[in-house]
Amino acid sequence: MNDHAPARSPQDLDDAIAGGIGESPIRPDGALKVRGEYAYSSDLWAEDMLWGVTLRSPHPSARIRSIDVSGALKTPGVYAVLTHEDVPGDNLYGLKDVDQPVLASDVVRYKGEAVALVAADHPETARRARERIDVDYEVLEPVTDAERAAHDETLPKVHPDGNLVRYQPILKGDPEATAEVVVSGTYTLGMQDQAFLGPESGLAIPAEDGGVDLYLATQDLHSDQAQTARALGLPQEKVRMTLSGVGGAFGGREDLSIQVHVCMLALRTGKPVKMVYDREESFYGHVHRHPATMYYEHGADADGRLVYVRAKLYFDGGAYSSKTPVVVGNGTTLGVGPYVVPNVRIEGWGVYTNNPPCGAMRGLGAVQPALAYEAQLDKLAEALDMDPVDVRIRNAISRGESIATGQVLDYPAPVAELLERVRALPMPPERDGTELDIRELPGGASNTTHGEGVYRGVGYGVCIKNICYAEGADDYSTARVRLQALGGEPAAMVHTAAAEVGQGVVTVQQQITRSELGVERVTVHPNDTDVGKAGSSSASRQTYMTGGAVKTACEAVRRRLLDRVAERFGEAFGDLSLAGGKIVSASTGVLTEIVDVLGDEVIEETREYHHRETYPMDAEDGSSERVQVQHAFSAHRAVVDVDVELGLVKVVALDCSQDVGKAVNPDAVVGQIQGGSAQGLGLAVMEEIRVGDGAIRNPSFTDYLIPTILDTPPMKIDVIERGDPNSPYGVRGVGEPPTISSTPAVVAAVRAATGKDLTHVPVSPEHVVDFGE
Amino acid sequence: MRLKFTVNGRQAEADDVWEGESLLYVLRERLGLPGSKNACEQGECGSCTVRLDGVAACACLVAAGQVQDREVDTVEGLAGEDELDAVQRAFVDAGAVQCGFCTPGLLVAADDLLERCPSPSDSEIRESLAGNLCRCTGYEKIMDAVRLAADRRAEEARS
Repeated sequence: MNDHAPARSPQDLDDAIAGGIGESPIRPDGALKVRGEYAYSSDLWAEDMLWGVTLRSPHPSARIRSIDVSGALKTPGVYAVLTHEDVPGDNLYGLKDVDQPVLASDVVRYKGEAVALVAADHPETARRARERIDVDYEVLEPVTDAERAAHDETLPKVHPDGNLVRYQPILKGDPEATAEVVVSGTYTLGMQDQAFLGPESGLAIPAEDGGVDLYLATQDLHSDQAQTARALGLPQEKVRMTLSGVGGAFGGREDLSIQVHVCMLALRTGKPVKMVYDREESFYGHVHRHPATMYYEHGADADGRLVYVRAKLYFDGGAYSSKTPVVVGNGTTLGVGPYVVPNVRIEGWGVYTNNPPCGAMRGLGAVQPALAYEAQLDKLAEALDMDPVDVRIRNAISRGESIATGQVLDYPAPVAELLERVRALPMPPERDGTELDIRELPGGASNTTHGEGVYRGVGYGVCIKNICYAEGADDYSTARVRLQALGGEPAAMVHTAAAEVGQGVVTVQQQITRSELGVERVTVHPNDTDVGKAGSSSASRQTYMTGGAVKTACEAVRRRLLDRVAERFGEAFGDLSLAGGKIVSASTGVLTEIVDVLGDEVIEETREYHHRETYPMDAEDGSSERVQVQHAFSAHRAVVDVDVELGLVKVVALDCSQDVGKAVNPDAVVGQIQGGSAQGLGLAVMEEIRVGDGAIRNPSFTDYLIPTILDTPPMKIDVIERGDPNSPYGVRGVGEPPTISSTPAVVAAVRAATGKDLTHVPVSPEHVVDFGE
Repeated sequence: MRLKFTVNGRQAEADDVWEGESLLYVLRERLGLPGSKNACEQGECGSCTVRLDGVAACACLVAAGQVQDREVDTVEGLAGEDELDAVQRAFVDAGAVQCGFCTPGLLVAADDLLERCPSPSDSEIRESLAGNLCRCTGYEKIMDAVRLAADRRAEEARS
């Protein structure tokens, strides 16, 4: 922590809480959060700080003729107005492809692109000055159709090299195979928003060494640090970042938002500067889930065994690349779902358009095809007059079988078991006409029905999701663990850069340290860039990766401690273990206290954990021996009531079976599955960013609806543990799968209730109600 | 303008308040009480829920000038000196807190509900908390927490 740490800066988490691996200790940040004292990035405050705001493009595509900031600069209370000319380093950043300007210079490529910055002594002063910046635009025709952008060479080029970000085919077996039973369909998925509640925000404090300290909310401190330093023209060690409280993330904090902007303002003014987006700006200030159009054809034999899948997937990446290449990789590799398919031809396109940029969101690239392949399995079941669960079980992938890329799954893949289990969970009670509570019906307290026109439906969904980084990325995390005697007690401190975004990685780190070192008192140091990379809190990877790093660092600390004990007591190293603050010998029992061996010494070790190597996909046929390090599976059963006269849907139950490998914290695992399921429910029946002519039409929580407590049903969660022999403790990523399989389950249930085809999510009333011709 | 009102039982004062500021801004940026959260500032998410003269309200929709000489209670006023309130404890124990950004507003709303209705049915809980968005939990553990808090308060009242 530097000398100029702001008031309300990130706190050490050192509440005395017991509980090791497999238990469910309460969160170390829980008490602070319920007291309202947890320092989120929008809560930060520093003496004499200024407020920063961003001017954004009103056009989806335009050339900038000129920018005049003189009017804004004259506004009393304004300290700085900055444009692209003031970007000290490279005016480009990006997660994969470096293609996005910090501030637009010659062109703007989407409505909402950042053009200029203002710092003033009051946020309202800054907003008023922003209105006095005069930008002269030559408005251009936007590219808005992703499928056309993939193929139509006559369209304007959004970027100089054209509109294709990535094309990836996968060919397996005989791509032209034929079959007895064929079903096909075209499916579309709307743009979903992460809708995390804590807005993009941060506080930048200029430092005496010419650098800057940034307190912020992010998913990946080091990725932000590298991109920000490059844009500021500073060495990385002069751009120090500390994680403040993060109000949710879900992928929406992987790309930069305020980072470079607020640092530029702080460095220019020499004062601390705070930036906080309001909700409307947040909709423009982060990437969304890629909308997709998907063409599918499934062929099967008369017994319902899949013979082939052929598909074309179009992902709209919007104006900048962000995670589009990864979405194409995930979407194609997982495009047939958790099924054995001998013959495959899948093609995926990720394209640039002048729509809002799309990037990471929970379930990255796997959510879209799951809507399609699960609808296809239901169609197949209907064509064959089979039970929808039975047809899935007949084709379910299992350990030892290969996915579309040819990769053989060398760990448990209990897809059939999950389907059996979710089917066997108790059903919610039938609606009882005698004790009618209208709050339980579609429309709820709006009193739109007393049960007439309401039909019940049941639907299933199952999915596959890759865990951790893929396609040859060197994926690792770093942990520093320190053990010392404090006040006569052994105490450990864990320091990583793993972003706590709500998922509970702070708790997991404590649990692992307690179990590995046999101590109760474990403090989690605030996450910052003073320790090595942790990678992003994404891809369901932190318990696996940072959990692995903490475990490895603990083992190194333990080795040093036990070496000393082995020498002093003449015991064999292999006989020694740590428990309850004591050193225990398998042959002679308790030998001594950890504190007695430590004395005044501090044992500290830093270790990296890398997962097994993965490999790129072949450009021609998509094959790869190991494209992804691990796969996770979940299955959902949804029960819905639909008022078919008004098109209103009430989800009555949304139950899930999921394999988590090893539940390090069982309660937190259930919390992840319930939260993920609710987001999938949102996509199924509520959530869509409406984009028209490149503009977001509903950038508010008034018009972009996420599930409330009334929209979300009771959820039975069935967790099984089929450990992965390759991962620390056998863990398998948890966070993403439930977001993926819940959506097709809900849509299938609405189809069952209404008899409608329903090829688009979210399902809206107009898809359900017959309005006639 | 100068603003005087009572926050969590204590007299509070703020100078040079711009007329367009909300109660939420004054609490967070002028009085050092950032517990009430700024998730939407449109009255849709409930994360800034406070009690204004005892009635639950979104602080983002209350103009600062409207609270002159009135009483405001925020999440920071729920706990005693050392002890958490039963509602706060229940949220931690039930695992109803993930990122925690919705938590302060939910706590104030749940406290308000349990005061009006000490043993609410599930339907009553859902109806009362329908104005508070949570993006992390799927609400199941929030339901558990409110039921637990109701039980514990009933127990405290008996003993």
